[in-house]
Amino acid sequence: MSNQINRQQVERVAHLSRLDLTDQELDLFSGQLSSIVEYIQKLNELDTKNVEPLAHSLPVHNVFRPDTPRASLPTEQALANAPDRVDDFYKVPQILDDNSGA
Amino acid sequence: MAAKVDYKVIVGLEIHVHLAAKTKMFCGCELAYGGTPNSRTCPVCIGMPGSLPVMNKHAYECAVLTAMALNCSIARFTKWDRKSYYYPDLPKNYQISQYDLPLSENGFIEIPLEDGSIKRVGIIRAHLEEDAGKNNHELGSFSAIDLNRAGAPLLEIVTAPDMNHPAEVRQMAQELQRIVRYLGVSEGDMQKGHMRFEPNVNLHIYKDGQTYKTPICEIKNLNSFRAIERSVAYEIQRQLEEFLETGKTMQMGNKRTYGWDDVNQMTVLQREKEEAHDYRYFPEPDLVPVEMDDVWFEQIRSRLGELPLQKQKRFVTDYGLSDYDAAVVTGDKATADYFDAVVKAGAEPKRACNLITQIGQKLANQSNTSVDQLDISPQNLAKLAQMADKGLISATAAASIYAKMPGTDTNPEDIAKAENLIQTSDTGAIEALVNEVLAENAEAVQDIITNSKKAQKAQGFLTGQVIKKSKGKANPKVVTELLAKRLSELAPKE
Amino acid sequence: MTDHLTVFKLKQDIAAGRVKSRDITQAILDRISRYDSAIGAYLSVFADKALEQAKAVDDKIAAGQPVGPLAGVPIAIKDNLCYTEGLTTCGSKILGNFKPPYNAHVVEKLLAADAVILGKTNLDEFAMGSSTENSGLQKTVNPWDKTRVPGGSSGGSAAAVAAGLCCAALGSDTGGSIRQPASFCGIVGLKPTYGRVSRYGLVAYGSSLDQIGPMTTCVKDAAILLQVLAGHDERDSTSVNTETAAVPDYLNALEQAVTGLKIAYVPQFIEQAEAPVRDAVKAALELYKSLGASLVEVRMPHFDYSIAAYYVIATAEASSNLARFDGCHYGYRSPSARDYVEVYSKSRAEGFGAEVKRRIMLGTFALSSGYYDAYYLKALKVRNLIRKDFTEAFAKADCLMMPVAPSTAFKIGEKTSDPLQMYLADIYTIAVNLAGVPGISIPCGFDSNRLPVGLQIIGPTFSEDKLLRIAAMFESKTDYHLQKPAL
Repeated sequence: MSNQINRQQVERVAHLSRLDLTDQELDLFSGQLSSIVEYIQKLNELDTKNVEPLAHSLPVHNVFRPDTPRASLPTEQALANAPDRVDDFYKVPQILDDNSGA
Repeated sequence: MAAKVDYKVIVGLEIHVHLAAKTKMFCGCELAYGGTPNSRTCPVCIGMPGSLPVMNKHAYECAVLTAMALNCSIARFTKWDRKSYYYPDLPKNYQISQYDLPLSENGFIEIPLEDGSIKRVGIIRAHLEEDAGKNNHELGSFSAIDLNRAGAPLLEIVTAPDMNHPAEVRQMAQELQRIVRYLGVSEGDMQKGHMRFEPNVNLHIYKDGQTYKTPICEIKNLNSFRAIERSVAYEIQRQLEEFLETGKTMQMGNKRTYGWDDVNQMTVLQREKEEAHDYRYFPEPDLVPVEMDDVWFEQIRSRLGELPLQKQKRFVTDYGLSDYDAAVVTGDKATADYFDAVVKAGAEPKRACNLITQIGQKLANQSNTSVDQLDISPQNLAKLAQMADKGLISATAAASIYAKMPGTDTNPEDIAKAENLIQTSDTGAIEALVNEVLAENAEAVQDIITNSKKAQKAQGFLTGQVIKKSKGKANPKVVTELLAKRLSELAPKE
Repeated sequence: MTDHLTVFKLKQDIAAGRVKSRDITQAILDRISRYDSAIGAYLSVFADKALEQAKAVDDKIAAGQPVGPLAGVPIAIKDNLCYTEGLTTCGSKILGNFKPPYNAHVVEKLLAADAVILGKTNLDEFAMGSSTENSGLQKTVNPWDKTRVPGGSSGGSAAAVAAGLCCAALGSDTGGSIRQPASFCGIVGLKPTYGRVSRYGLVAYGSSLDQIGPMTTCVKDAAILLQVLAGHDERDSTSVNTETAAVPDYLNALEQAVTGLKIAYVPQFIEQAEAPVRDAVKAALELYKSLGASLVEVRMPHFDYSIAAYYVIATAEASSNLARFDGCHYGYRSPSARDYVEVYSKSRAEGFGAEVKRRIMLGTFALSSGYYDAYYLKALKVRNLIRKDFTEAFAKADCLMMPVAPSTAFKIGEKTSDPLQMYLADIYTIAVNLAGVPGISIPCGFDSNRLPVGLQIIGPTFSEDKLLRIAAMFESKTDYHLQKPAL
C-alpha cells in the first residue's frame, strides 16, 4: 500500500465526507493529508498480531434503560433550529433519487 | 416470446420488523403510528449535538425472542456499529446498527405450504438497528421530513435465497407475521410499515447446457402480501424476457433496485447501478457491548411458548383437524388458545373449530373484537358444541344460541330452553309430521318413487318441510331416517 | 475584590454572607467588559442571566435556606457544552445560530449546585486543535503574552481563569485540551478518568476519548468542581455507576497525607522537552523527592505511537460525529445549495474550517473500504498496547509525571501552516486519553519570558482523589499558582 494519499483519493474522501472543496483546497489537503498519513505509517513498526483492538477503554457492558416513555420535545421546540420548514416538517430541496442505505 | 427455456427462481428476503416497544430504541420518545409530524422527537432522535443513545432493554429482548423463534444461535457477546450514509431522514447521517457481531445468526423458519408440506427457509442473520424518519415528497416541489419514526427499534432479518416460487415468498412473509404476532413482539401490520419485505430476485436459466444467472433485483415499496407475490411473479417474467432479449447476466455491481407500482401492477426501475456504497462501519463508541449470561438467556427463552406452526401441527395430530382448519384456527394466537381451551373443556375439535371460525369469528368482527374477547367461557362454548353433537339442537339453533351468549356467558342450555330450540328426537311426533308432509306433497313423492331427475331435490324439499312444520325443533337426522323409511314403504315392489 | 479568586474561599464568603454573589458576579462582569476585548476568552456572556442567578443565591442565603456546593460562584463553560441560555456554537460557523433545547448534564449539575454561569468560552472549532487558533468565530490570546496562543482547545476557558474573568471554568479534553491550555496559562486543569463525568450535552469530537473537567486557579478548587461534576448519568451509557467506581469525597481526600509516594517517570520524555520545560519538571521531581517521595524510572515503549494512533481513532470518530452537521435539521444551510446533496456538501464546505475538514477527511479515509484494517483497526490495537504501558507503570508507582507540552505557549501563527507539527506537540497528553486514565496539569514554573510551565501527573483509572492529593502536595510548597498575568 502506498504511503501517500493521492489527489484522486482525496477527492473520493471529500465526496464521502460531503465536502464541496475547491481545487485549491483539494491541492492543499492532498499535500497535508499525505504527510499525516505517511506519519501514521509509523504504526506499522509495531507487531500487533496477537493484540486485541481496544475500542472501549471501559470495562462496562449491558447498560440499558427501561421501556418507559419520556416527554418528547414540543414540535415547535424540535423545529426551532430548522434552517427551513414547511408546516410541521423539516424542509429540504426535493429528493429525487432513493439513495438511502436502509 | 422466444422459445421456452428452463429456469429456476431464486428469492431471498431482507425483512425489517418494527418491534412493539413503548419507546424508541435509544431514547424515551413514544412509538405510535400517525399523529402530528415531529411531535415524538427529542435531542437524541433528532441527532442534536451532545445527545447520546441508551439501549431499550425491552426492545433488545424482543429481538432476542424473535431470533430464538427463528431457531437462530444467539450471540452471548454483541456490540453496536455505526453505518454511515447521508440521507435527510437519517438525522445523524449514520445509523446505529450491528455489523460483524449481530445478536443472532444461522437460523431457519418453517413455512406450511398450501399442499400441506413444510418448507424450510434459512435465516442468515437477524440484528437490531434504529429506523430512519420519513421523507414526504407529496407536499410540493420539495421534500418534507418527519422524524417521528426515527429511532424506532427495527429487527433486520436476512434470509437465505431459499425461496423458489412467488407463493413461497408470500407464505414466508405470512408465517413470519404469524410468529411475531404470537410472540407479541410486533403488531406486524404491513400497511402501517411494521413489517417491510424486500425480495431479492434472480433466475438461474439453463440454456445450451449452461447456467446463466440474471442480475439480482431488489424490490421495494411492498405493502401487502398480495403485492409481495405479484411483484415477484412480475419480476420473474421481466427478468426472463430481459435475458432472452439482452443476455445480460449477474456481475459485480449490477444489482438493481425496483419499486412496486401497485396501481399498474408492475415493478419500476429505481436505481440502475448500486452506488459503490462505502458505509464505513465502525464500533459505536457511545454504546457499550451486550453480554448475555445463561440466566438472562433462559429468562427470555421461557417466554417463547408454543409457536404457531407447532400448534398447527398439534391440532392436526392430536385433534384430528384438517390442515386447512388447523391453519385457520391458528391464524392468531388468541383464537388458537381459545380453541384449545374449548377442546380441553370437552368439545369435539372439529365441531369447536367450526363454531369458532364460522360463527364466533363473525360475531367477533361485528363487535370489533376477537373470538376470545366475547366473554364466553370455554366451558360454555364446549357445552354448546356438545349439545350440537348430541343432536339436542340443530346447527342453525347452535348459531343463534352462540349469538346470544356474548357478554353474558349464559349457559347455552338455558338459552336453548328459553328460546324453545331443543330439538325433538321423539320418533312418534316426527312420524306424524312426516305423514302429513307426504300427504300434502304428492308430486314430490311421485318424483322420488319414480326415481326421476328431481328425486334428490324432492327428498331435500320434503325434509325441509318436516323441519319447518316442527318449527325447527325436529332433529334432521331423525327426520331423514323416518322419511326414507316411509318412502321405501311407498315405493312399488319389484 | 477579584484578586486571587478561589472557589473555595468565595463559596465560604458567600455562604457566610460576607460577600454577595451579585456583587462578585458584577465585579467579574466588569472585568470581562474591561479586559476581554483584548483577550477574547468569551464567545458569549450572559450578564443578565448571571446576575439573576446570583441574586437568587443571595436571596436563598438571606432567607436562611440551604444552598448548593457552588452557591453564587461565577463559572465559565466551554462553548461545546449545551446550555439553553444563548447559543452553543462549538466555535463553528456551522453551529453559529444553534440554540440547544436542553442542558448538558454538567450544566445541570452546576445549576443544581447553585453556580452562576457567566458565559461560554472560545475553543478550537469542535475542540479540534491545540491553540484555539482554529476557532471559526474569534481569536483568543494568552493573558501572559498577548502575542501568544492560550493553548487549546479549551483556550477560552484557560485564558478566562488565568485573567480572573471567572472563578473557575469547565473544559473538555480529547487529547490534552484541558491540560495543555492549563499549562500554557498557568492554571490547574484536570482530565478525569473516561466515564467519570457524563458526556451528555458535550458536543462530541472523539466519543471514546472526550471527558469534561475543571479548570481552576488551584487544586482545591478542582476537587470541589470535580465533586459536583462526577457521577453516573443514565443518559450516558459510558458514564460509570457507583458499583463500578463510587465517587469519593475529593475535598476530604486532600486532607489525607501522602506517605510513601512512588513516582514513575520516563527520563527521555523529560529530556526531549525544551529546556525551560525540562528544567521546571526536573525541579518539580526533585521537590517531591525532598518531600519524601521515591522516583521510579519506567519504560513506556509504545507511548511514542500515541499521536499516530490518536489521529486515526479521534478523527475516525469525529468524521462520524460531525456527519450530522448537514444543514437539514439545525445549524447553517448554504444559501447557494440547489438540491439536497448540495445542502450537505455546500453547507459543510462553507460551515467548517480547514482543520475540521482535514480531520473529517482523515477519519473518513481511515474508515473507508480498503483502509479500515490498515489504519483504524491497527490504531485500536496500538491503543491497547499503549494502555498496557500505563498499567505496567502503575504497577510500579502511584503516579506518572511528565511535562504537559514540549514547550511553553508559542506565538500566534507559528504552527498554523503545518498541521502535522501542531499534532506532534500533543505528544505528552494524547496517550492519557487513549488509555482512559486521569491526568492533571499544575503550574510548576516559568520560562525566561515569564510564560508558565505545567507539570502533568497521571494516575490509574478512578484515582482522581489521589492525583489531587499529590498535586496539592506540590502546590502547598510552591507559589507558581498564585502568580497572575498583568493585564
